[in-house]
Amino acid sequence: MSATSSTAPSPTTPETAEKDLILSVNNIEVIYDHVILVLKGVSLSVPRRGIVAILGANGAGKTTTLKAISNLLHAERGEVTKGSIEFEGERIENLSPNELVRRGCIQVLEGRHCFGHLTIEENLLTGAFTRKDGSAAIKEDMEKVYNYFPRLRERRTAMAGYTSGGEQQMCAIGRALMSRPKMILLDEPSMGLAPQIVEEIFEIVQDLNAKEGVSFLLAEQNTNMALRYATYGYILETGRVVMDGEAKMLRENEDVKEFYLGISESGARSFRNVKTYKRRKRWLA
Amino acid sequence: MNLLHQIFVEPFLFMGEAPDLLLQVLWEGFVSGILYALIALGFVLIFKASGVFNFAQGIMVVFAALTLVGFYAMGVPAILSLALAIGVMFLLAVTVERVVLRPLVNQPDIILFMATFGITYFLIGFGELIFGGEPKQMITSQLMLPEGRTNLEIAGGFVTIQHIDIAAAAIAVVMIATLGIFFSKTRIGRALRAVADSHKAALSVGISLNQIWVTVWFAAGIVALVTGIMWGARSDVSFALQIIAFKALPVLILGGFTSIPGAIVGGLIIGFGEKIAEFYWGPLVGGGIESWFAYIIALIFLVFRPQGLFGEKIIERI
Repeated sequence: MSATSSTAPSPTTPETAEKDLILSVNNIEVIYDHVILVLKGVSLSVPRRGIVAILGANGAGKTTTLKAISNLLHAERGEVTKGSIEFEGERIENLSPNELVRRGCIQVLEGRHCFGHLTIEENLLTGAFTRKDGSAAIKEDMEKVYNYFPRLRERRTAMAGYTSGGEQQMCAIGRALMSRPKMILLDEPSMGLAPQIVEEIFEIVQDLNAKEGVSFLLAEQNTNMALRYATYGYILETGRVVMDGEAKMLRENEDVKEFYLGISESGARSFRNVKTYKRRKRWLA
Repeated sequence: MNLLHQIFVEPFLFMGEAPDLLLQVLWEGFVSGILYALIALGFVLIFKASGVFNFAQGIMVVFAALTLVGFYAMGVPAILSLALAIGVMFLLAVTVERVVLRPLVNQPDIILFMATFGITYFLIGFGELIFGGEPKQMITSQLMLPEGRTNLEIAGGFVTIQHIDIAAAAIAVVMIATLGIFFSKTRIGRALRAVADSHKAALSVGISLNQIWVTVWFAAGIVALVTGIMWGARSDVSFALQIIAFKALPVLILGGFTSIPGAIVGGLIIGFGEKIAEFYWGPLVGGGIESWFAYIIALIFLVFRPQGLFGEKIIERI
């Protein structure tokens, strides 16, 4: 699979079109502050119980895509001006984050954003804010979260602000789990964490996906890691999907290897050369 | 030399000579300190949860008290008037959220601050229109608040304590404790602290900011009502009462804008400080220290410790 044309983003790929989709994003355009065009037509879809990765460099639009789905965009003066987003077959662009969490779609923010002045346990409880099924069920789920993240159990009474980065990431994911989500939008879970911890977290993500049936859409710069755990991937560049495909295929793609995985068959190149190569390649495509 | 003696020695000698007077002054300071703390508490609640410095807090105190006595004057029984006043404060919270906060979400702080000026003048006009602008008597006895005074015989003299002041102190303590429990134990309270911590993260876990704002403005309204009853009982209910809200500013600067314990400690320091300064050092400058003492303290704090005693910076490291 080669890089698709950058002006006309591919619609839902044939492989996934037939499947039961939990989320589909159709050609959305996002503008911040009425002037800054960030996404220029992004389409993607996530099958139910799937793990899909959005990859790309800084500023490619990964976070914006996730925020457009969870509608946290609105709080940052961003707006979806074109296209549509469907969650379980229903349009969700105009729903509040509160309503979305209620329906089972929750975002874990980049940089974790735990409530630093609350304890780990209180943090987890805030995740259950939208639930109405009583404290017994919430307790039960908390137990479940503690089983997935035994470290959180140890630190349950610690202020979240004073726990380590890895623990905070676990806390953020655990907090999201407390809302009983069908889908988690996971933004940059590997950010600032030791490789060992990153691995641990991805293992848990895979576990959650397999055992709890939670779908994941994750935005990652750590392409290598993401493609190991995801089944499908989209590569974003300056607000457009430039390539997408099965994770296995992306892993073996020459361009992906060169630009995102840092492995090259043709030997090492200087960064400047890589850039011009990339530009030329895109012109030709 | 004589002047130094007057400033640094005589007041303390006087304190030692008449401990009963000192106790009396301290009691007065304690009571007004608690009331300042209550007003500051209203500011802190709103500032923490919505990042808005609510200029209207002072007028909310007057408006709440005015609503209460206004309903009573219309012939509604006292307890029902109280319930109605609470209802009005709830309506006010909902209206503010709908009409002011929601349309102005994500606007710069200064715009929200100016909007609270709007609320202030609206409440003044609206209050006067409905209940009239003339000073009114607080319905102390009808609300079953104690009246009269007790002369305690201690320290070789008498200390006079107004019963209403005891009630004020008790109610304030109960209310602060209730708020404390509400914040730490309930679902909404937890969400409120979460919002104060990070709006963004709170949104992401599905906490509804609108609901939180209504709650917090309502809580500030209740605090305002209680403050209004207590201040109203000491003087009377009129728009002049809003001046006391300005006293909350030094309290906030002292205690830090985001800290509830800060509001309480700041209120007490200002309360004690200005009463003692007025009584012992006032005669030196011909009196009137009480009206500016708090601001001087605030000025000193702004220079040396702008975040206040319990401001964000310190909380960060606890």
